[in-house]
Amino acid sequence: MASRPRREGMAKLTGRELYVDDQPIEGCLWGMTARSGEPRGRIREIRFGDGVDWAEFVVVDHRDIPGPNEIRMIENDQPVLAAERVRHVHEPVVLVAHASREMCRRAIEQIEIVIEPEPAALDYRVEPKAEQIQSGDGNVFSAINITKGDVEAALGGADRVIEGVYETGAQEHVYLENQGMAAWVEDGVVVVQGSMQCPYYVVNALTHALERDASKVRVIQTPTGGGFGGKEDFPSNLALHAALLAMKARRPVKIVYDRGEDMAATTKRHPAMVRHRTGVDADGRLVAQDIEMVIDAGAYVTLSPVVLSRGIIHAGGPYSCDHVRINGRAMLTNSVPYGAFRGFGAPQSQFAVERHMDVIAAELGIDPIEVRRRNLIRDGQSTSTGQVINDGTDRVAVLDLAVDRARVTSKRATHESFNASHPYLRRGVGIASIYHGGGFTGSGEDYLKSVMHVAGRADGTVEVLSANTEIGQGTQTIFTSMAADRLGYEPEDIEVATPDTSRVPNSGPTVASRTAMVVGKLLERACDDLRRRVGLGDGDVGAVVKRAICDWHELNPGGSLIGEAKYEKPPHVSWDEKMYRGDAYGVFAWGTYAAEVEVDLRTYEVRVLAFDAVQEVGKVLNETLARGQIQGGVVQGIGWALMEDFVWERGAMKNNQLTNYIIPTSMDVPPIGVVFLENPYEHGGGGAKGIGELPMDGPGPAILNAVAAAIGVQATAIPLTPERLMEQMTHA
Amino acid sequence: MPEPAEHNGIEVGLTLNGRQVSVVVGLADRLLDTLRYQLGLTGTKEGCGEGECGACTVLMDGVPVNSCLVPSYQARGCTVKTIESVDAGELGPMLESGATQCGACTPGVVLSARWLAANKDLLESHGVRELMAGNLCRCTGYDGIIDGVRAELGGDGCE
Repeated sequence: MASRPRREGMAKLTGRELYVDDQPIEGCLWGMTARSGEPRGRIREIRFGDGVDWAEFVVVDHRDIPGPNEIRMIENDQPVLAAERVRHVHEPVVLVAHASREMCRRAIEQIEIVIEPEPAALDYRVEPKAEQIQSGDGNVFSAINITKGDVEAALGGADRVIEGVYETGAQEHVYLENQGMAAWVEDGVVVVQGSMQCPYYVVNALTHALERDASKVRVIQTPTGGGFGGKEDFPSNLALHAALLAMKARRPVKIVYDRGEDMAATTKRHPAMVRHRTGVDADGRLVAQDIEMVIDAGAYVTLSPVVLSRGIIHAGGPYSCDHVRINGRAMLTNSVPYGAFRGFGAPQSQFAVERHMDVIAAELGIDPIEVRRRNLIRDGQSTSTGQVINDGTDRVAVLDLAVDRARVTSKRATHESFNASHPYLRRGVGIASIYHGGGFTGSGEDYLKSVMHVAGRADGTVEVLSANTEIGQGTQTIFTSMAADRLGYEPEDIEVATPDTSRVPNSGPTVASRTAMVVGKLLERACDDLRRRVGLGDGDVGAVVKRAICDWHELNPGGSLIGEAKYEKPPHVSWDEKMYRGDAYGVFAWGTYAAEVEVDLRTYEVRVLAFDAVQEVGKVLNETLARGQIQGGVVQGIGWALMEDFVWERGAMKNNQLTNYIIPTSMDVPPIGVVFLENPYEHGGGGAKGIGELPMDGPGPAILNAVAAAIGVQATAIPLTPERLMEQMTHA
Repeated sequence: MPEPAEHNGIEVGLTLNGRQVSVVVGLADRLLDTLRYQLGLTGTKEGCGEGECGACTVLMDGVPVNSCLVPSYQARGCTVKTIESVDAGELGPMLESGATQCGACTPGVVLSARWLAANKDLLESHGVRELMAGNLCRCTGYDGIIDGVRAELGGDGCE
């Protein structure tokens, strides 16, 4: 497929794309949220001050919720609005609405939520005291284990056992469009429209807490200014808040967070701590991997069990090892709940294993490239869950190409003389080998049972009907290309419907790098089904198809002609959820990333001078979009590795401003070199594998490995801010 | 959606996208809100509200400013250009290069690029990456933007 330009690109470039806060709604009120202010405690009283005239406001609390006070997710443990207790500082308690946003602000200032504090658990790495325990046995939300072979015996027989502890910090999504949602009631139907990744998650949240039939709920996605996982689960919370206000006000209500509220109160990447105890032989071959991963889940379960699951499945790295034990735990703390963020646990665990591989190499005195080359999984070998890899990809060739592209050998020589002569700058190169499973983990896609529709219209054109959202990654363009190529149509003959749950089937959430790969395949099959319904075969394309669709409509005036496809598990995939054994994913994408850095010994600043990302991602569907995914993901990874630091106060982000939570600008990053190797995946749309999350896995370890090469410091935690590096270098 | 703030009745006349307009604003009103909610020009986006991200960039007397930091009354007598003034015909290179993904930072990026195109002498002492550093983008990793700006500049944009 050629690189067709982004379908909605010109509307975005000219500012004509209408996001949720750009769409005028007649008679709309603004909504705003009053929050707990305490990390844990019992609500004793809510006082409404006399600084505003409360008769002008619509006020909602937990008593206004028609159904269960629960946000429907994996566990329904998170209240829509706190009733008796609070579990984090920014937990919503009361909502207000008014025609003036400024008046809303004043009203929020007049609300005093009186809370009797209880002992909060604020550090997920520390075993909670009895009085801090709020869930199950010791605040463990979720515990998952993977076992392969006999780890203890293998460790006993290893030439060396090398240990390490690695930590990764939280990360804020900083989608440029803040969270926003509008709601109103229309002919007895609660309509919600806004910025989101997963319209049917929102439907499920609304039907549950509002105790409504799905036919009485309609969810519409507005153009969404970035998601990265941040608009996977949180929009359900906001949709319920807007809907409750709108139902009580009997008028439309819109809630649009400002940046400060968005950064403080919405989800972030889970902080993680990963311990490695690795048995190796004298040649650096992995004999046993004993891994423990602990993540901070925050105050409610949200998506943490599946983040943990993806994290531990990727924790061993893209290597072959016969004896593996991985224990994972997600811990409750009284922090703002963590949620989905690009990579979903895998960047955390792969930071640890890829940093650890360099530590192993240093301990053994072997080149880190060579250690990886010896251990990279070969076809016929299996991952930690026993998934036998047999995809024909040469992972060593991916590594070698990255080493070649990044000119690692010649740069090492240049750096040696540079570092010997420069008074205060030190340079180094580092690599990381990574992998990322596409689509939902294990039986996840089976449970989702996604459905895709393609409508043939009376003029012969087609409309793609899907709940999968355009959030900047290119869904509209990819779906257009796929349908056009499948049917032999021009792109102009394809329309991609707005995700509106009154029209589109549930094709699943827009997450987990699944849209092009999993849903794209459904789109192709739905196109084939459409053709069959008008009496044609898979070989028929273009004008023949158009004519047949027009003829069908002439015979069935006013009829609805829908091609449909439902998810079917690829036959090669088999997963045992109970034992955590088998094919965790239908397929993995593979990569090796290389970073060149410069460390300033005066300021302890680390600057990335060059970055090369080499990956095998199945078939590349659109070179410009695919490159953009990799480059954007790498730069998010650079930010996470070096600058995106949190200042915590009572389980919440204190630096909730772009002034002091620093993300990379164009000056902070080099051009990102991208190379794709293609090995089409037969069960992926157009042969594609998932691509969106892979680039988040490599930058952290590649950059810190480069720092180790430059100055010999084995840093173990990110973000590696100048302060943290200084501490390590001056206290080492 | 108009924000019915208490207007202190300051009448501001300005040249907006080539047309004379007059608008009554409050003392504390931000140019960003006046443009979006009073004048209906929603192409200008709010990103951070504190002048860090550049999403709300407009050109004021030819200079890029963060409209979230500009009190509306300061626009009196000024020439203001928003994204709505930009002709789609000029944006082909940025579309081709992948300069936009989610689109929320894009209007600000485009206006900074227009400013750069009108002030090419800046390139004698500064690189494109430096000159575009006032606009945060979380999607592209910047290469798509920088490539698009360079293409627009017609080869003048080498670092």
